[in-house]
Amino acid sequence: MLPTLNGRLQSRILVTAILGGIWTLLITPVLPTGAPLGESYRTTFIILLTVIVLGVLWEFLYHFLQQFRWEKDWPSSWGLFTGINEGLLIWLLINVGGVPGVAHVPGWAYLIQFVTTWFLIWAAQNGPLRVPFIRWRFNGGRFL
Amino acid sequence: MSGDAPLPQSASPRTEPGDLTPELVETDIWTDDMVARAGIPVVPVPFVTVGGGIGSFVTVDYLRIYGVPAQQIVVLTGLDVPWQSYEYLTRVSQIPRTERLRSDSQSRPDNIWGFPSYAVSEAFAAKNLKDFLWPLWNVFTEPILTNYYTPRAGQAFSGMEKEMNRIGYLQSVRKGQVRMVRRRAGGGYYTILTPPAGAAPTKRIAYQSQYVHIAIGYPGLRLLKDLQDYRLTYRDPTKVVNAYEPHEHVYDQLRIRPGKVVVRGGGIVASRVLQRLIDDRDKYHLQTEILQVFRTFYTGPHGKDIFNRRPGGHGWAYQGFNYPKSVWGGQLKEKMAKLEGEARAQAYEEMGGTNTPFRRNWLEQLKRGRSQGWYREMQGTFDNIRPGPNGAGVVVAMDTQHGRLEEYADFVIDCTGLEADIRESRVLADLLDHSGAGRNPKGRLDVNAQFEVIGTRSRPGRLYASGSSTLGGPFPGVDTFLGLQISAQEIADDLARVGFVKRMGPGRSIAQWWRWARNRPI
Repeated sequence: MLPTLNGRLQSRILVTAILGGIWTLLITPVLPTGAPLGESYRTTFIILLTVIVLGVLWEFLYHFLQQFRWEKDWPSSWGLFTGINEGLLIWLLINVGGVPGVAHVPGWAYLIQFVTTWFLIWAAQNGPLRVPFIRWRFNGGRFL
Repeated sequence: MSGDAPLPQSASPRTEPGDLTPELVETDIWTDDMVARAGIPVVPVPFVTVGGGIGSFVTVDYLRIYGVPAQQIVVLTGLDVPWQSYEYLTRVSQIPRTERLRSDSQSRPDNIWGFPSYAVSEAFAAKNLKDFLWPLWNVFTEPILTNYYTPRAGQAFSGMEKEMNRIGYLQSVRKGQVRMVRRRAGGGYYTILTPPAGAAPTKRIAYQSQYVHIAIGYPGLRLLKDLQDYRLTYRDPTKVVNAYEPHEHVYDQLRIRPGKVVVRGGGIVASRVLQRLIDDRDKYHLQTEILQVFRTFYTGPHGKDIFNRRPGGHGWAYQGFNYPKSVWGGQLKEKMAKLEGEARAQAYEEMGGTNTPFRRNWLEQLKRGRSQGWYREMQGTFDNIRPGPNGAGVVVAMDTQHGRLEEYADFVIDCTGLEADIRESRVLADLLDHSGAGRNPKGRLDVNAQFEVIGTRSRPGRLYASGSSTLGGPFPGVDTFLGLQISAQEIADDLARVGFVKRMGPGRSIAQWWRWARNRPI
């Protein structure tokens, strides 16, 4: 997929919310959070929401960087590796108390949730998503 | 007018029954009576596609997957299989089945979803671990650590063959030469086919359809004037060749005795020809000397500002594909769709122009040639070509940045892929003259964003076109695998809007993909 800014934002919000949401539902019970399930769900979904909210801001930066590329494409490896900066920032924010509603998350629980969710979304956007949505890739990542 | 007026005197000599009459030739919009009077048999069918190459194939593929039965589609063509012309052109221009095309991993004419991509399919067909890992690594790290992944020509052809059989494409094929498409009074179109001699009782057959799609590919090859002049004057087709013509004899001769070759052009074909020359040079320890002549010589990155800089150097302009990648779905696709007229032509100029992909093996070969002195590159335009002293080789007179220059060469391989005007095609010329079609800012067939040919509507019918003859429209990159699919999808969606087929949503798409994945017929 060769993103436009609008396509980036739509893909970020919808794919993270829907696919990431389903994945969060499934994975939370097995995460080593050391907390009761209800509280764990609260934490993991707040983290997912943070990925979306901060992600929208990140997308503006990525779009700006994309302007320096002649092909105006976004190499698929970058889509994977931007998980590093995004993941680190959220971890940092959690630890300085900057994510409302999340006081403490064990490192492993966060790492597993973030990495698996990120990878799943990246993998879906690099192939399988084209199966149900045949127009998505020709529309710069827009669904609507 | 209907059937009562006698034919005008100029109509004689009378044509044989079942042939075009002067009345038909001269009339823009045909009535059923006119066709009947001419004795041309009429075959009604809802959808006709003219051409039968990859453009027709992917359009039929889309329509079949959307749900149109094979009986409602007719493909009029002179080709045996859709990739026949394409394979011929790639083969003579030095891309045999084993070599890689210049095409993206997700651009699969045999798979409308582009999933799994060519890279993934290639990996899973591998016989050893290295061949499994390499395409995946390549497509993951492109274009940063590796060059863009591109599929082998053979993979594209065998994939299309499989899909052709799966959708029952050949049931829809009718062989022959299409002469013209005319609007029909009362709606839709008549497409006149000349079947092979002896294959039908009449000279022509008229296919009457609501919808017509035209994808006849390149109208033809146009040779530069200096090349034409040489051939006409000296009657020698062997020493000066165009790379799109068979020219194996050049490589054969160079193996027999050392020689000097002038290569003209800076596109992908020039790159492939150089690779062949240098591969042969290495393999057979030849002394081949090469001079490459660029009309536009790029010494480095170029472009109007920091946001529009294309890499380049040593004469070449480097670009992954024939347009910047995002014309097939990203920012540039969106931007181009909004441009009209002169602004559009200007944008085509900036993005297009001759260019070649950045491939490390090519760069290494040329670097080696430069340092060892058997490869040189220069800026220049040919003035004329004449036979060399004592009839050996040729002498090329050039205008260069250093003034006029004459170079001796045993062979000239011209790698400029000039395309003929769309008028060279009889079908397109007829559309321009009789059916209301016009030209776009690049001089080709003017289509709108749905690939309907502007000015040709015959309510409730519609006439579409895709492929290279529509280059210059609101969507660039039409003459590529993915471009043909993007066009086909727009056409299929437009046909869904007028009620010919149901628009494909996610449910049907998933179900159809699952059939594709198991190679189940439609």
